[in-house]
Amino acid sequence: MIETTPPPLQGPTSKEKKYDRQLRLWAASGQAALEDAHILLVNSGSGVLGVETLKNLVLPGIGNFTILDSSVVSEADLGINFFLEEDSLGGFRAEHTCKLLKELNPDVQGHFIAEPIESFITKEKPLDPYTLILVAAPIDPEILTKITLHAQATQKPVFYFHNVGFYSHFSIYLSHVFPIVDTHPDSATTSDLRLLKPWPGLLEFMTKKTTDLEQMSDHDHGHIPYVLLILYYLEKWKGDHDGKVPRNYKEKIAFRDQVRQGARTHTAEGGEENYDEAIAAVLKSLNPPSASSAVKEVFKSEECKLLAKDSPSFWVVANAISQFYEERGELPLPGSVPDMKAQSADYIQLQNVYKSKAREDFTDVVSRVRRLEDKLGRTVPVADKEIEAFCKNADHIKLICGRPFHIARAGEKVRWNERAKVAASMLENRESLIHLYIAFLAYDIFTNSHDADALGGAPLAPGEQDLQLDGEKMAGIAYKIVDDLLTEANKFLEGEEYDTVKSRTKQFVEEIVRAGGAELHNIATLSGGLIAQEVIKAVTKQYVPVDNTCMFDGVVSKMEVLRL
Amino acid sequence: MAEVLQKNGVSAPRARWKHLDKILTRPGPFTDEDWVPGEDVIEGLSRTKILVIGAGGLGCEILKSLALSGFKDIHVIDMDTIDVSNLNRQFLFRHSDVGQPKATIAAKFVERRVPGVKITPFVGKIQDKDEDYYRQFTMVVCGLDSIEARRWINSTLVDMVDEDDPDSLKPLIDGGTEGFKGQARVILPTMTSCIECQLDMHAPRAAVPLCTLATIPRQPQHCIEWAHIIKWEEERKDVTLDTDDPEHITWLYQKALSRAKEFNIEGVTYSMTQGVVKNIIPAIASTNAIVAASCCNEAFKIATNTNPPLGLPGGNNYMMYSGDDSIYTYTFEHLKKDDCPVCGNVAKKLEVNGDMTLESFLESMAEKPEAQLKKPSIRSEEKTLYYQSPPSLEEQTRPNLKKELSELLENGEEVVVTDPAFQISFKFKLLFK
Repeated sequence: MIETTPPPLQGPTSKEKKYDRQLRLWAASGQAALEDAHILLVNSGSGVLGVETLKNLVLPGIGNFTILDSSVVSEADLGINFFLEEDSLGGFRAEHTCKLLKELNPDVQGHFIAEPIESFITKEKPLDPYTLILVAAPIDPEILTKITLHAQATQKPVFYFHNVGFYSHFSIYLSHVFPIVDTHPDSATTSDLRLLKPWPGLLEFMTKKTTDLEQMSDHDHGHIPYVLLILYYLEKWKGDHDGKVPRNYKEKIAFRDQVRQGARTHTAEGGEENYDEAIAAVLKSLNPPSASSAVKEVFKSEECKLLAKDSPSFWVVANAISQFYEERGELPLPGSVPDMKAQSADYIQLQNVYKSKAREDFTDVVSRVRRLEDKLGRTVPVADKEIEAFCKNADHIKLICGRPFHIARAGEKVRWNERAKVAASMLENRESLIHLYIAFLAYDIFTNSHDADALGGAPLAPGEQDLQLDGEKMAGIAYKIVDDLLTEANKFLEGEEYDTVKSRTKQFVEEIVRAGGAELHNIATLSGGLIAQEVIKAVTKQYVPVDNTCMFDGVVSKMEVLRL
Repeated sequence: MAEVLQKNGVSAPRARWKHLDKILTRPGPFTDEDWVPGEDVIEGLSRTKILVIGAGGLGCEILKSLALSGFKDIHVIDMDTIDVSNLNRQFLFRHSDVGQPKATIAAKFVERRVPGVKITPFVGKIQDKDEDYYRQFTMVVCGLDSIEARRWINSTLVDMVDEDDPDSLKPLIDGGTEGFKGQARVILPTMTSCIECQLDMHAPRAAVPLCTLATIPRQPQHCIEWAHIIKWEEERKDVTLDTDDPEHITWLYQKALSRAKEFNIEGVTYSMTQGVVKNIIPAIASTNAIVAASCCNEAFKIATNTNPPLGLPGGNNYMMYSGDDSIYTYTFEHLKKDDCPVCGNVAKKLEVNGDMTLESFLESMAEKPEAQLKKPSIRSEEKTLYYQSPPSLEEQTRPNLKKELSELLENGEEVVVTDPAFQISFKFKLLFK
């Protein structure tokens, strides 16, 4: 916690220098996680999006990457892929993209496999070495199924993506429970000052600092930390209101006026900064310290309630904190105090009052964790650091329950299951990109049933050869997906409503068919940024990843995230 | 057009651009009815002369994406040299390039990787160039980290617009990032909301009051700013602070650390010292890719009409991106302001206290999100109130600083505020409270 050894006088290491701008986001712990990762890219089609994604992972220093791609570099590749050059023509695309990506960062290990996926996947445990898998469409749905089953069994994240013309899509399947402690919430929303439920130590400190408030010199009066001012006026308020704190908006406004009346106005500035801060804080910080609904979900989940000997440590700590919450009606105190107008010494003392309470809560949680560990017979104790991080961010932890994404097949209905109602209701939203998602499902069904040479070879993209005919086929497939979804959701649309859904779907289909399977470099670069960012979140377990599908529409420059 | 030979020796004029040509030669559901895809579009794109300002994190991505989007004549301006901390995202640079000018190295790299594209670098400031230079381009793409430079190019492009000459209108496409967040926007100078209209969306962080630094520090940052602003002046006045010099940063760090000890403040580190003193903004490859590519997507649509771009009058012109909590974009139309000091024609109404001194009024200009002027001069229609230069005029007008606004001006009088950093005149109509 506290730096006790004197810091080194020589500056940062060369690695800290190189990664300075990103360490400020995900710190050394995030960087270490990146360096432990091994990303597999299963590439196909023109394959630019996958390579652009890797670029954004090689630069920040991912440990290892492997490109699986059996294509041979063509002239057309050179017009769209930045990580190929004249000399690459006729060579394996996996080998050449790997070589040029590796140049970006000597600390990264790059590998390639130029074997076709069809034979690679039949080997003995071919996916075991990798910690996260990226899959580019188009791909044989049987192979994609194998990959997701492997991911499900081993709790590895897997990404599946499309990039066609001005559009892109990606879906993420995180393991079925993916908890995040270090969510990096916006600092403006995180102060938890317990003003409505102060503990005795805090009240004592307040009383000490506000004795003779009315008689204080202007200087002292203008330097009382606003937290103490609010507590002081709350005590007064409670005296006048049967011991009750302001409970609703109207009472809070009345309370705020009471604070305002306490400010001295004869000063040189015509007011007092600490009072201004107190007044501004009333509405947002007078909240009972109850846990957010997201946190209560975590407490209620089965993994939290039914601990096993081998439960991930997250659940052991979650269980301990849920006990703490049940007993006390509040989460462990995070202990941080925002900056505020105050004398240095008073502010530091106030900080210490919060810190020591946070320390007490933390110690309590640690002993609960240890008791659980004993009871379960766990041999490796959860690190104090991990428990501390959890206590500090308890109200902002996030649990994502990963959902497997759709694998569309020719001749088979797309099933939406428990998401059918939500998806069907999105259909009527004219701004939604669910219609684009459906167009991509149609794209998968089309490529699954069309080969470039009609001999079971490379899949044929719609619009690659026959714009008109493919457009009609694609629209037909997409309409059927829409109709099946409506049926599954028990939703009935007719007349203009139904026509609008169809025409919006048709526009996306037409724009996709226009591209004839072509990638645009800009859209690949943009989407490669999005996917790499999500890979970083999944690998570092920091920030909040997409759950579970994201679409980008480069015609109108909008993105949408849907859980499908 | 570049003739490309296939391996079998058969001439295949645009085999390399097979993907791009699908979009350039086919209409889509959102293209204009009158748009004719094909040869003319391809020709027009390759003749488009485009200027990229900045060859840093965004600039590297922009140059690459434009080159692979069919642009053939690209110019790039950047005054910086390559630093080791650029290498985590500025992928056109290698360790051996550290110390070299960014514009030159970036241009050479992309020219080598994408044959047939010409990239002309200029190592220097955008202010080194005049209107004649900027007039040669069809459009300008900015990947900058400085608000000042953005404001300068924006007002230059607005000033260049001649109503009788449609070629004088240069679309400005601007990208910016901070950590996992960013934005891409398209401006048609004089026609749609400009950078200056949108200035208040990028308000500067409030500075810590000097008295806090001097007497009541509470945060580690306060101790660092104290070392930076106060202690350096006191003890090393004759040395110019170089924030890239490790010795200087170490000195500030140690001063900050001992002050922090004195006040029992925890958390001063070398990295934080660097961050505060250099005002470091976190930057990563992925956000740069997203924002730069979004800018290039708009540039491509403007140059080819292959789909409607952002920035058309009455349409959306601004995409705000945020990627730390899931992914979120807000794409909207930022409205042009009639009282914009650059592209508007009306004085902005400003309520002030009549008893405020001219000096405090001018100081407030630095913090106003819509002005952000550090060295303002001011005049009314009648008289010169205060000028920063030349020295003789400064001396002559200095006594006005201590006077109250109501002594100098009538209620409702218009004033013009200027700053040597920009060629912008801010017109305010001052209304006394």
